[in-house]
Amino acid sequence: MAEKLMKFSEAVKRFDPVIGLETHVELCTNTKLFCPAHIEFGGEPNTQLTPVSLGLPGSLPVINETAVDFAIKLGLALHCEIAEWSQFARKNYFYPDMPRDYQISQYDKPTNGNGYLDVELDDGSIFRVPIERAHIEDDAGKNTHVGGADGRIEGADHSLVDYNRAGVPLIEIVTKPIEGAGERAAEIAGAYMRTLRDIVRALGISHARMEQGNMRADVNVSLRNKPTDPLGTRSETKNVNSFRGIEKTIVYEIRRQAALLTDGGEVLQETRHWDEATQTTAGGRVKTDADDYRYFPDPDLVMLHITKEHIERIAKDMPEMPRERRNRLQKEWKFSDLEMRDVINADALDLIEDTVKAGASASGAKKWWLGELSREANAQGVSLEELPITPADVAEVEKLIASGKLNDKLAKKTVSGVLAGEGTPDEVVKKHGYEVVQDTGALEAAVDQALADNPDIVEKLKSGNMKPMGAIIGAVMRATKGQADAKAVSGLVMKKLH
Amino acid sequence: MSNAELVKLSAAQMAEKIRSKEVSSRELTQAHLDVIEAAEPTVNAFLHVSGKEALAQADAFDKKLAAGDTEGLPELAGVPIAIKDMIVTKGIPTTAASKILEGWVPPYDATVIEKIKAAGMPILGKTNLDEFAQGSSTEHSAFGNTHNPWDATRVPGGSGGGSASAVGSYEAPLALGTDTGGSIRQPGAFTGTVGVKPTYGGVSRYGAIAMASSLDQIGPCARTVLDTALLHEVIGGNDRRDSTSIPAPVPPVAAAAREGLKRDLKGVRVGLIKEIGGEGFEAGVAARFNEAVKLLESMGAEVKEVSLPHLPYSLSAYYIIMPSEVSSNLARYDGMRYGLRVMPPAGVPQTSANMMAYTREAGFGDEVKRRIILGTYALSAGYYDAWYGSAQKVRTLVIDDFNKAFEQVDVLVSPTAPSTAFHFGEKTSDPLSMYLGDVATIPANMAGVPAMSIPCGLSDNGMPVGFQFFAPQRHDEAMYKPAAALEAALEEQWGGNILTKMATPWLNA
Repeated sequence: MAEKLMKFSEAVKRFDPVIGLETHVELCTNTKLFCPAHIEFGGEPNTQLTPVSLGLPGSLPVINETAVDFAIKLGLALHCEIAEWSQFARKNYFYPDMPRDYQISQYDKPTNGNGYLDVELDDGSIFRVPIERAHIEDDAGKNTHVGGADGRIEGADHSLVDYNRAGVPLIEIVTKPIEGAGERAAEIAGAYMRTLRDIVRALGISHARMEQGNMRADVNVSLRNKPTDPLGTRSETKNVNSFRGIEKTIVYEIRRQAALLTDGGEVLQETRHWDEATQTTAGGRVKTDADDYRYFPDPDLVMLHITKEHIERIAKDMPEMPRERRNRLQKEWKFSDLEMRDVINADALDLIEDTVKAGASASGAKKWWLGELSREANAQGVSLEELPITPADVAEVEKLIASGKLNDKLAKKTVSGVLAGEGTPDEVVKKHGYEVVQDTGALEAAVDQALADNPDIVEKLKSGNMKPMGAIIGAVMRATKGQADAKAVSGLVMKKLH
Repeated sequence: MSNAELVKLSAAQMAEKIRSKEVSSRELTQAHLDVIEAAEPTVNAFLHVSGKEALAQADAFDKKLAAGDTEGLPELAGVPIAIKDMIVTKGIPTTAASKILEGWVPPYDATVIEKIKAAGMPILGKTNLDEFAQGSSTEHSAFGNTHNPWDATRVPGGSGGGSASAVGSYEAPLALGTDTGGSIRQPGAFTGTVGVKPTYGGVSRYGAIAMASSLDQIGPCARTVLDTALLHEVIGGNDRRDSTSIPAPVPPVAAAAREGLKRDLKGVRVGLIKEIGGEGFEAGVAARFNEAVKLLESMGAEVKEVSLPHLPYSLSAYYIIMPSEVSSNLARYDGMRYGLRVMPPAGVPQTSANMMAYTREAGFGDEVKRRIILGTYALSAGYYDAWYGSAQKVRTLVIDDFNKAFEQVDVLVSPTAPSTAFHFGEKTSDPLSMYLGDVATIPANMAGVPAMSIPCGLSDNGMPVGFQFFAPQRHDEAMYKPAAALEAALEEQWGGNILTKMATPWLNA
């Protein structure tokens, strides 16, 4: 049954939306949070284990110092207060993917508290997102449900558990209620998530690939009549793992709750799920008293003592933050503000930087990623990063163009070949024989033929009207099956006419 | 020397015979395996005897000794040992005396086991205990009772009744125990043996199956103070795999025990804990205790009464903190990864949640369930501050009491338990009376201080009485000296170790 929705513009006119984001970021340490088990994405199930990560009787957790340093880095980047003493607690609940049937997380004494993140919105204005805390915890394993439809637990015949992910370090960044967002709530959430992603990547503490689950967010939305009212009951949409999904969740929840409240209904405090297929959120579990995690300080771990000197040492080594980096790159690349914003909005900054590093010009790299490749990504409904083409591939295509081996048309064909999985640009070019006709004899013959076929155009060109040049080039292209270099053709024409 | 004479030696004497090549580690190990075979029908101390492995370990050590390759090994090298089945042993079944772990063979060794193996000490087997070390009589084992070698109709104490009985009946010269509220010391008292709970963090807990993590401590069991000290030095020290482990070397406990054998306690200040004793303490226990205190004085010790005003609250606080941690530590026994798995019966949805529930229902015994329920309740939202929070405050006060007391005295003393070993079934239907038996041992766990029990005579019923010493944190050596002195003085009166007063028909077989 479809839920009733209010028009978004009306909903935000009638109500004041308040959002909150709880973002899990998987840290890219070599080993797990509490044991030396090696971490690798996509390993054979249940191979990255120690007695500790499997929760065997007698095993004990010992904190990974690198993970703590990563947390401190993030705390500094988010302007947090870094606690001199922080503590791990046990969050008790039974679930098959949890080896100890409790998660080790930070509860009332997190390492990072009380910070903020300034995010840049589309119009260039800055919105300050208040941060409640950024705490360290360990991830659970992964359940795979077998025998049912589309891998869901409903109707499944049995489930398999892979504990490789169990114990992988996470940082959970929790915002305070984000107030005053109004109709820009979704935009602010999207900008916040992208900025956070850029920061953790800049810090080198996470790969932050949403499609691999390195970064995922729980999205809280509540409405109230006016900003001076107390907070309304919120819904919590769990584990949304794309920027678009987060933005759409917020819009959807605002519309749904507005319709519900207007009809005199009540928002349930529940966990929901964003369904990409139907573009809706679906109700899940209503939160009740049964959700009592019986938190208490983990007696297996001593309190974490972080000295001022240690924080200062880490602060000295902080890398360039994303906003500084953006400004620097804009200068280096000589992009206008508008061009730069397009790059940011397309999530192409890293890709263009890598493409430039691989030898392409900035404008060339931008042309590909924001043009042809963005269209392709949109058509496929994936992010640019997920396209099966690398910045090195794009740079290679650019080099082939610059050296005159490919013209624009052939370059596009080459890129299509790479996207189709036919190999590197070089391999695609070789496979299809996509080479510009360099043999001037053949080219000259084609030009001569085209000029002979179009005496009227020749007259116009001779009189200095260059407009019909395109028609000649087109004719030559047809004759050479597109493998001519347009510049070379027009050069030849000019030579022949004078 | 006959086998019966050999096994009655102290571990230190056995080690000497090995070094002088009078006896090989294999002969010594075989002698104990023979005693185990003869005594088990009476005491039932072992859940698993690892004879083959023990002999292989003994042979490996003998080869090293023959090759002169024992440089750097501890004094006890080559002497066999029994291990409480609460400590994981690679390749040897480990059950915590629970059905829920029946058949589990650990893929790794506890840190203490690595140290025991590195020391060339053959592992005789795994000893019985109350399920998950929860109990004071070993009657809560899922695999049957262990009997007191002094009187087979009586309990050996608990939870480490198996280790204490094995040592007391000469099945093993040494054993490892775990002590969360007295599980090494009280069975020591009940069986006339010596049991030590080191400073919390003094011995790595890595590989000790957790009962209550903030209280658990592995420690040595033996028949003499010096033997426990020597074993303490083998197993102690810092371990990076246990973050509560103290980053310091083991205190010089063996030297302190040897010093004590000189029986000179001049300058040693001994505090009698005012709050332990009196009502509820068996007359024979009080009498032997007081006589022992006199002996300490006679050796020059300065004895005075010291008050630890919050001590009476530590039992109640313990029974909040311990079950709270138990409820969380025992969550992992859910049938998913190892041990018992019970599927729900037909008609009940075959879900993981139901499987967990049926497994835990079938796998845990009553006492364990009782504590899981208590702890779950104490940690619940809305109750946490009143129960767990308050208990932690009491704990801080108890720690303060000990700190203040140790400003006035070097060691504190008390009876180890209010009674001697009781009869089977006497307390099983009344958990509270069972809990009260731990009143004298619990404070050391709450405060993290080291404590030990040594025998100080027999009560009117002919059963051994335990005498307890407490020392300041990280100063375990402080209690070894007066304990060894008292032991020497008592043995002079008795004409030998207290166990010589015990009948050992299984040794005559």
